[in-house]
Amino acid sequence: MKIGYFTERPYRWLPEEVVLKNRAFFGVSNRYFDRDKAADDYNYYLDEYCYAEELGFDVVALNEHHGNPFCMGSVMNVEAAVLAYRTKRVKIVLIGNPLPVIKHPLRMAEELAEIDLISRGRLITGWVRGAGSEQFFNNANPAYNREYFNEAHDFIVQAWTRPGPWRYEGKHFHYRHVNPWALPYQKPHPPMWIPGVISPETVKWCAEHRYPYIGLGTMLGPTCDLWDYYADEAAKHGYQAGPENFGYLIPTVVADSQEKADKIAENFVYGGGQNAFSAPEFTMPPGYNSKSAIRALAKQPTGSWLGVSGEKLTQQARGGDEAPVDYAEVHRKLVAGLEKVKRNYQVIAGTPATVTPKIKSILKILRPGVFIMFSVQGPVSNEERMASMRLFAQEVMPALHDYAKEIDLPDPFQRTPGSVVLRAGVKRDAVADRGPLTELGLR
Amino acid sequence: MANWTKDVIKAANTELSIVRGGSGKPLLILHDELGYPGWMAWNAWLADRREEIIPLQPGFGQSARVDWVRSYRDLGGLYAQVLRELNLAPIDVIGFSAGGFIAAEMAAACPHVFSRMVLVAPMGIKPQDGEILDFFELTIRRHLRATVADPENTPEFGRIYGGEMTPEQFEAFEDARAETARLGWEPYMHNPSLPHLLYGVRTPTLLVWGTRDQVVPRGCIDGYRAALANCRVVEIDGAGHRPEIEREAEFSRAVGGFLAE
Repeated sequence: MKIGYFTERPYRWLPEEVVLKNRAFFGVSNRYFDRDKAADDYNYYLDEYCYAEELGFDVVALNEHHGNPFCMGSVMNVEAAVLAYRTKRVKIVLIGNPLPVIKHPLRMAEELAEIDLISRGRLITGWVRGAGSEQFFNNANPAYNREYFNEAHDFIVQAWTRPGPWRYEGKHFHYRHVNPWALPYQKPHPPMWIPGVISPETVKWCAEHRYPYIGLGTMLGPTCDLWDYYADEAAKHGYQAGPENFGYLIPTVVADSQEKADKIAENFVYGGGQNAFSAPEFTMPPGYNSKSAIRALAKQPTGSWLGVSGEKLTQQARGGDEAPVDYAEVHRKLVAGLEKVKRNYQVIAGTPATVTPKIKSILKILRPGVFIMFSVQGPVSNEERMASMRLFAQEVMPALHDYAKEIDLPDPFQRTPGSVVLRAGVKRDAVADRGPLTELGLR
Repeated sequence: MANWTKDVIKAANTELSIVRGGSGKPLLILHDELGYPGWMAWNAWLADRREEIIPLQPGFGQSARVDWVRSYRDLGGLYAQVLRELNLAPIDVIGFSAGGFIAAEMAAACPHVFSRMVLVAPMGIKPQDGEILDFFELTIRRHLRATVADPENTPEFGRIYGGEMTPEQFEAFEDARAETARLGWEPYMHNPSLPHLLYGVRTPTLLVWGTRDQVVPRGCIDGYRAALANCRVVEIDGAGHRPEIEREAEFSRAVGGFLAE
């Protein structure tokens, strides 16, 4: 199993009330942007990723979001290029480039090839559709999001593998002269891992392409369902899915006392946390979600990662945000709500002694070949962030590696995803173990 | 008592749902970006005088989506094909909001396709002043409320959209929003070449606009007035974006009178 480190690189200097008043991170005016603090933080976060390598993480993971203080990575390829040069060993995984909102797959192919070359083949490139708000930010037609995604992906693979020059006339993209001089270091091209949250269409697409799917902090029960869906699709394509096809990323804080860890973990709901990524009207642009996803979202009672809860939708329809709000009370409720999230294993916080068995339970249930620690959000000091990383790496990670060996969780480098042949008519093996869900009170 | 029917016809190489009602000289009605809301009082009033023909826009749930239609100009071309195949042109038209945009694209491509045009709060031309409301940035419920000036006191609005939204309604609205985005996301609900292509079109045109319209600003009406050679404007005092249900009597009088000229 590979163990990774990820942070959203939050902008840490925004008063919480500003976000709460806006009901979301997306849309907060950039008048609050402080260049000196941002300059410090961009440098700090790059150092932090280098520190992750020093600590022994196998993978560092980057992402990007647009117009959003939730995540300072607006152009992750810039950061990835710096890391490609500065680090020596870690894999650099991008989860992922939002192909439909960038709308320039040829440029993307060139940028990523350069990163792969600078790193001498340490790039793992992932793709996403971009959050709903990013369709607005980039004026990317959300009704063509899936088409842009598929076409851009197919084009990039071709641009990396088919000798040029050649001409491309697609539905959404057109290039007269495809012949990128810089081609990836890895052959035929860098591995691709695809992160996701809710969309079964993405899971199906990953299974078809034999790309590992990285669950982003999704609830354990539904994640097992997604794994099963992936494995069923994989079986249709003639292979047995296994740990090498799955990764899981989960908010994690480690400190030297439970109290301290709990206090730091409160910052996962700072400003409303991931459920306040963007307001409902920006989260669900027209045509962005499939009908089944829309139905599922509207019925969801408690919200989801970058998602929208039914409650929020109703509140928004009533215009319930117009009444005066006691923001201290809102904050208190958010923190109180975090207890349930922790009980559900959606945030892991504690000392090495309490965190280790919890993550082992997750590994037992989901059997991922990749586990990624998602570092804390909100205004947490550099020292506390680094202490959490250090404690995780030194006192949790070795036990997780041992456990992964014990329960046989090969990663995508140990076993090529999609390489285990499954003959037609043969029943596939289980990919998740729901047993512990009951013991943990999650079913 | 409804005197309309809904059928699926084959035309323009696709299947199109069409609502037809009333009797008299045929009249094409192009619904707005939210979809056909149902047979309203103004439809019933007009049905005594005209045969109303209301195609349900492809991709809005009832007529199949047509993949090659990627702009309002494409859609206008498809509807023009339908009119040719049904031998309906020249015909009078009423277009509401984005439906007005479609009608204007059709007139720009072929000025003789319509004998008279009624454009009710039409999109399609970038307003000289103000902006077309970005309803893509609104949830459907907020968008709906923005379409009338006084939702609580517009009985037909309550009749169409009152009560809890069913999953089917929600889905139909999402279909409409998605298809509208496909056609009108960028440039947003207008076509920069449209006013130039409309220049010199002499089709008698009535531009209808509610003075409290929050969706389409008066600037759109001014843009049409500048482009069309033979048009006049009727302002409906106090109405929002849907004068046909907000001020039904006044609307019917103005439109009925114009079509009867």
